[in-house]
Amino acid sequence: MTGDAHHRDAVARVSGLSKNFDGAEKPALSDVSLEILTGRVTGLVGPDGAGKTTLIRILAGLMKADGGEVEVLGGKPGRDLADIGYMPQRFGLYEDLSVEQNLQLYAEMRALPREDHDETFARLLKFTDLDRFRERLAGNLSGGMKQKLGLACALVKTPRLLLLDEPGVGVDPISRRELWAMVQDLLGDGSETGQMGVLWSTAYLDEAEKCDTVYLLSEGELLFEGDPARLTGSVDDRVVRLTGFEPRRRQVLTRMLDRSDVLDGTIQGRSVRLLLQDKDALKGESGFDVTPATPRFEDGFIERLGGGPKGTSALAERYRRIEPGSGPAIEAQGLTKRFGDFTAAHDVSFSVPYGSIFGLLGPNGAGKSTTFKMLCGLLTPTDGSGAVAGHDLRTSGGEARAALGYMAQKFSLYGELSVQQNLNFFAGAYGLKGSDARAAVERVTDIFELGDRLRTDAGTLPLGFKQRLALAAAVLHEPPVLFLDEPTSGVDPVTRREFWMHINGLVEKGVAVLVTTHFMEEAEYCDEITLIYRSEQIAGGTPDELKAEAAQMADLDDPTMEDTFIAMIEASDASRQESEAA
Amino acid sequence: MGGALKATIIKEFWALLRDPKGRITLVLPPMIQLVIFSFAVTLDVNNVDVAVLDRSGGSASIELIQQIEASPSFDEVKLLHSMEEVRRAVETQDVIAALVIEQDFDRDIVRGQPASVGVILDGRKSNAAQIVGGYLTRIAASTGAVVSGSPLASREASAPINWFNPNLEYIWFNMPSLLVIIVSVAGLSVTAQSVAREREMGTFDQLMVSPLTVPQILIGKMIPPFCVGLFNGTVYLIVAPLVFGVPFTGSLALFYLGLSAYLLSLIGVGLFVSSLSMTQQQAFLGSFVATVPVILLSGFSSPVENMPGWLQFITYGNPARYFLELSLGQFLKDMPAADVFGLLWPLLLIATITISAAGWLFRARME
Repeated sequence: MTGDAHHRDAVARVSGLSKNFDGAEKPALSDVSLEILTGRVTGLVGPDGAGKTTLIRILAGLMKADGGEVEVLGGKPGRDLADIGYMPQRFGLYEDLSVEQNLQLYAEMRALPREDHDETFARLLKFTDLDRFRERLAGNLSGGMKQKLGLACALVKTPRLLLLDEPGVGVDPISRRELWAMVQDLLGDGSETGQMGVLWSTAYLDEAEKCDTVYLLSEGELLFEGDPARLTGSVDDRVVRLTGFEPRRRQVLTRMLDRSDVLDGTIQGRSVRLLLQDKDALKGESGFDVTPATPRFEDGFIERLGGGPKGTSALAERYRRIEPGSGPAIEAQGLTKRFGDFTAAHDVSFSVPYGSIFGLLGPNGAGKSTTFKMLCGLLTPTDGSGAVAGHDLRTSGGEARAALGYMAQKFSLYGELSVQQNLNFFAGAYGLKGSDARAAVERVTDIFELGDRLRTDAGTLPLGFKQRLALAAAVLHEPPVLFLDEPTSGVDPVTRREFWMHINGLVEKGVAVLVTTHFMEEAEYCDEITLIYRSEQIAGGTPDELKAEAAQMADLDDPTMEDTFIAMIEASDASRQESEAA
Repeated sequence: MGGALKATIIKEFWALLRDPKGRITLVLPPMIQLVIFSFAVTLDVNNVDVAVLDRSGGSASIELIQQIEASPSFDEVKLLHSMEEVRRAVETQDVIAALVIEQDFDRDIVRGQPASVGVILDGRKSNAAQIVGGYLTRIAASTGAVVSGSPLASREASAPINWFNPNLEYIWFNMPSLLVIIVSVAGLSVTAQSVAREREMGTFDQLMVSPLTVPQILIGKMIPPFCVGLFNGTVYLIVAPLVFGVPFTGSLALFYLGLSAYLLSLIGVGLFVSSLSMTQQQAFLGSFVATVPVILLSGFSSPVENMPGWLQFITYGNPARYFLELSLGQFLKDMPAADVFGLLWPLLLIATITISAAGWLFRARME
């Protein structure tokens, strides 16, 4: 191999690949071709269920393809295993072993000469910044640290092909940036590791933008391949931002999305961001200001998928109007939770009025889930109090629970029950009886177009339908308050849009929403956000206020929500170190 | 909130019965166990080989050997010629027992003196050997001989009458006991998964944020395994008299009362294990850990009276101990209501404690 930077070899190549699973509606992969070149990060991008993991497992030799050619390191897959580094999505680590023991185990499995152990571990632990945690059990690491350790384990013997299956999943933006930087480092140093080819799979479309080459998968088919900028370029001057309008932003978004010349739209703080069919679509209209916005990879993806859903939510149209009570819809007063001598959440206070969305943001393990769980009654606060729809969680938990609809991060309905049985159960559980229950089930069946699938096992539904079913079950009893725990992680952008279209509609009907999220895009939908870090609320306000604050703090120009998040956490770390030093 | 409770119960039934494989695993294993246990778990000894060393060679000894050969319990009677051969036959497990007829056997019989034969038993198979020893003693006694070296020798003169099971048919004891075991195994395994599965799938949080109360969730989880237990118990109740000829002498009402109380306590134990577990795997191991002592300490494989004192004390906490007594009593000796109630209250006490603990753990394990 030469040192020529422009000469790149393919470490893996597949063409016309197909794979079917028994009982699946569609093939997991159909006619997929791709090439992984040395010295670059090849992105394998797509929502959950797109076929990313299947493809990676075929490359790693763990699964056989049904058709097509697969060539890995010049031979059949599964042959040169010593030269492949594979980081699976889950189960890659032994949770009951310490960080060092995990490394040791992988080193022995990969037959790393014993005399090289110490040096390699020292290098990897320094590289991943895990040196301080050598003795800690892998199970007790945070999500981001686990992924870093997983990466370190895949690198114990420098591979020629590095397969990373969603290293960013469940990891907060800071850790995601760090992981990304690490992989860049690996390729950047030009030496031995520069001859490595990396396949990075992700459901986060913003990560796609950073890859050198992208393969965009959707439902087993390749939608796009090549430089991500090419896809982004295709929507270049059609992405605009609307500001300066009078009505509520959600109403503006709904109106805009209902137009046929608007392909897609989202809320961004006080403004509305649109993808237009034609760049002059809004010319000459008044009532708002139009400024161009930076196109994103996701805009291109949405266009390839035929645009986002329209703006009016059938769910909201048929939802009862929520009459606000005298107090706030959700109230947290000095909520504190201690587990032994560890404080998971400390003195968290906020209140959410009816007809608004409140976001809980923060890195993994910072305390946002704990706060969320205290407010929906899953955890009892050590101190402080919470109320939902005016019902105190301690004294009238039953009433509080009856007033809320809950949707969890991962699909948490009964997979072995049919769609109909799930809906019937939740109708009954929320106290709907007889004809009321039947009417409620019929209503959501109609709204979410579940009619054809009523007899299907919920567990075998395509992801988009699972998402719909979960929301349907949460709103059967038309609750005044909704609790959403990372509601759209991993789903494709169109399904996510559809979900938020419904939520926006419900909020306009007076529903209060509490949401925890990793997706900075979802944070933009919030009326107010509180940022929780190391069990404390470190910042709060509207998305625009937070951005402005971060812009000032870190001297950023028009920061994204993600920049804001990172700037605030870094500032918090800095001030803590200062006070510790003092 | 009758609607909510009904919805919960229906959901639990669907969860248990919707999967065809799941339905089969509910019904098939008890049936297989019925067949296997009822034929394989036998306390009789049949089809064994014994050896005879006849040093007497008279008519009495030949008579004895012929009787042994005629006994249906023994497969082959090997005639050996020296102690050395006897030693080897027992050592190589060729035979389970050897009868040694001494030279003066016939002479003693003729003289009308007590004659004795020696028996060598293979102590490595202590249970079967003891039983074989018993058989040999009985046969020898019928010829007027005293068997020495047999543990039962001293009791040779007595003629025991066995109440409630006059012919000591093992199946009369086995079927009512098997009923207890099958109900226990099926009941524990079904219940132990229920909460743990929901925790693992994430649906448990969904339940806990719904307005359903803990008692509603508990009742929902208890009814399906309760029905499975009633079904299994009923199958045995029908099969035992009809197929195996075991008499049912007691009252059906008392039997079902006892079965219900037993199921409640068993489900309590299962739910407790399930609520304690965070994953299905833990629940599976947990139910295994619970099932083995429930069966071993019930008095089925060895009588409670034979256990050391501290272990006997522990058996008071084992619901199977009470129900085994109740089942045997209802089948074989028409146990009166007063005795049944004496066994019921410990069962109900165990049920109350374990079910309350399970309900408490629902929440406590989330904190």
